[in-house]
Amino acid sequence: MSNIAKAFRNGKAFIPFITCGDPDLETTAKLVRAMADNGADLIELGIPFSDPTAEGPVIQEASLRALTAGTTTDKIFDLVRELRKDVTVPMVFMTYANVVFSYGAERFISACAAVGIDGLILPDIPYEEKGEFDPICQKYGVDLISLIAPTSEDRIAVIAKEAKGFLYVVSSLGVTGVRSEITTDIGAMISIIRAHSDIPCAVGFGISTPEQAKKMTEEADGAIVGSAIVKLIAKYGRDAAEPVGEYVRSMKDAVR
Amino acid sequence: MSNGRFGIHGGQYIPETLMNAVIELEAAYNHYKNDTDFNRELETLFNDYAGRPSRLYYAEKMTRDLGGAKIYLKREDLNHTGAHKINNVLGQALLAKKMGKTRLIAETGAGQHGVATATAAALMGMECVVFMGEEDTKRQALNVYKMRLLGAEVIPVTTGTATLKDAVSQAMREWTSRIADTHYCLGSVMGPHPFPTIVRDFQAVISKEIKAQILEREGRLPDVVMACVGGGSNAIGTFYHFIEDKDVRLIGCEAAGRGIDTFETAATINTGSLGIFHGMKSYFCQDEYGQIAPVYSISAGLDYPGIGPEHAWLHDIGRAEYVAITDDEAVDAFEYLSRTEGIIPAIESAHALAYAQKLAPTLSRDKIIVVTVSGRGDKDCAAIARYRGEDLHE
Repeated sequence: MSNIAKAFRNGKAFIPFITCGDPDLETTAKLVRAMADNGADLIELGIPFSDPTAEGPVIQEASLRALTAGTTTDKIFDLVRELRKDVTVPMVFMTYANVVFSYGAERFISACAAVGIDGLILPDIPYEEKGEFDPICQKYGVDLISLIAPTSEDRIAVIAKEAKGFLYVVSSLGVTGVRSEITTDIGAMISIIRAHSDIPCAVGFGISTPEQAKKMTEEADGAIVGSAIVKLIAKYGRDAAEPVGEYVRSMKDAVR
Repeated sequence: MSNGRFGIHGGQYIPETLMNAVIELEAAYNHYKNDTDFNRELETLFNDYAGRPSRLYYAEKMTRDLGGAKIYLKREDLNHTGAHKINNVLGQALLAKKMGKTRLIAETGAGQHGVATATAAALMGMECVVFMGEEDTKRQALNVYKMRLLGAEVIPVTTGTATLKDAVSQAMREWTSRIADTHYCLGSVMGPHPFPTIVRDFQAVISKEIKAQILEREGRLPDVVMACVGGGSNAIGTFYHFIEDKDVRLIGCEAAGRGIDTFETAATINTGSLGIFHGMKSYFCQDEYGQIAPVYSISAGLDYPGIGPEHAWLHDIGRAEYVAITDDEAVDAFEYLSRTEGIIPAIESAHALAYAQKLAPTLSRDKIIVVTVSGRGDKDCAAIARYRGEDLHE
């Protein structure tokens, strides 16, 4: 059983996202420990990419801050190796195909396994392209996470059947970022998934408040939050660990 | 391997949110490309609206002056809206209309594709939004005005290098947020499948005409066909019907900017490496960690860190050659063609003309070169004047 399954054993899961190296890697280490200590069930670590086409302005700016600070893939592997000495919460990387491809897919994915990364989310790798990465992920025991969007329709069943770790359910059209309202019928999407797989489903894109997270987890097994946390990091910089920890606590309390 | 490959290049590296949109587009295209009514309608638009076929002009003075191969110019600059971009746009807009879409979005670099898209939207009564790097809105202010005049909304993109690649990224983001009524009218032979194929097919009219025109004029095929390459749409259009004619050399001219040994370059084949970006696998200017490079060229239309997947493949198999032309060489060619033939070419096209100036004298007088003049240079006059130190503003 994959380590990611543990994230869904403690009631509904709360899954925070941060961009590694924003504003620097020392702060990232503090943030990961603060989120783990405050009830995060799984942590999504973003490896910054120069041109993140699936992100809204908040995470675009975080990526730019991280790259400007000199963050690289190798430094992030070092960070995770260090964190894994005491942090046991499941962790996955979120990045773009070119970051993995240019590093060498096998070199990247084997390094993930070696440092203790449990899964990989690549928003620009749809079902049709996963054959390039998934066999290598399986070889090293790293789950390549599949995504389902409100436009997926007849693709949901096919994707769900082969999904590993958890299924990332994209709540809305568009890119990442805080939304005042999520109008997609998440329940309908999840019931189609349930007919084909018993994989845990976590909803992301647009969630920022405890109320939204609670509502999303009525149907889903977890809620993913990125931009709302990254906004706190943008505001508090190197002192963000405490406010982010408090925020994670409030979100976990709302969904548990 | 997945759909839409040219060798190892191409593919569909896009968010799940867009997958059904590109699948729907591919199905519609496969249906309409063989539909008699669709093709008749498109041909009427090409001929009566865009002014096709474009002329193949024998540049006699240039030929004499360079003292080598005969040079013919394929005059895409004479098309309505002043560039080859209209060929693709009329095709895609008509297709989008048949698909029931009411809104076109597009990216633009130099503004030529944006103007063409705004034009087609006006003609077909569709809404139009164009994303353009803020840097390019300054370099190409006249085209911004034209797009607005044509009824389009122009959104300056301030992220990244605020040039073409950022405009593409923002157009892709916009498409993921509004798909049902919107077609993304991609301007080059790039992005996810089926765009590289659709755009190539609509631009292939260039080489189809060249072939017929040169056979009529010279009774034989040319020895060389050449064009400038950014994403590569006018180049693939120029090459396509000659790919199987192995004796015809195909030459793409990339923008070297300040030189391929500097960081201020956009010469993808000459300086880039294999990567995955903007929906496709191809060659990209990038660093060792796969971060896309902030490329540079004087030409806003060639200022792009990637190249279309079919070009990457033609390079891999050695079928086409890709050479790099600097800003200085392109500006010289811009002035040379203006003086010698009375034709002011787009600064993009001037990259191809610059290489023709180098190549023609090395070939004997019985050889034939066809250079595609992809666009006209009115839009570039102010920028070139400034490059030469004149204080000219539009």
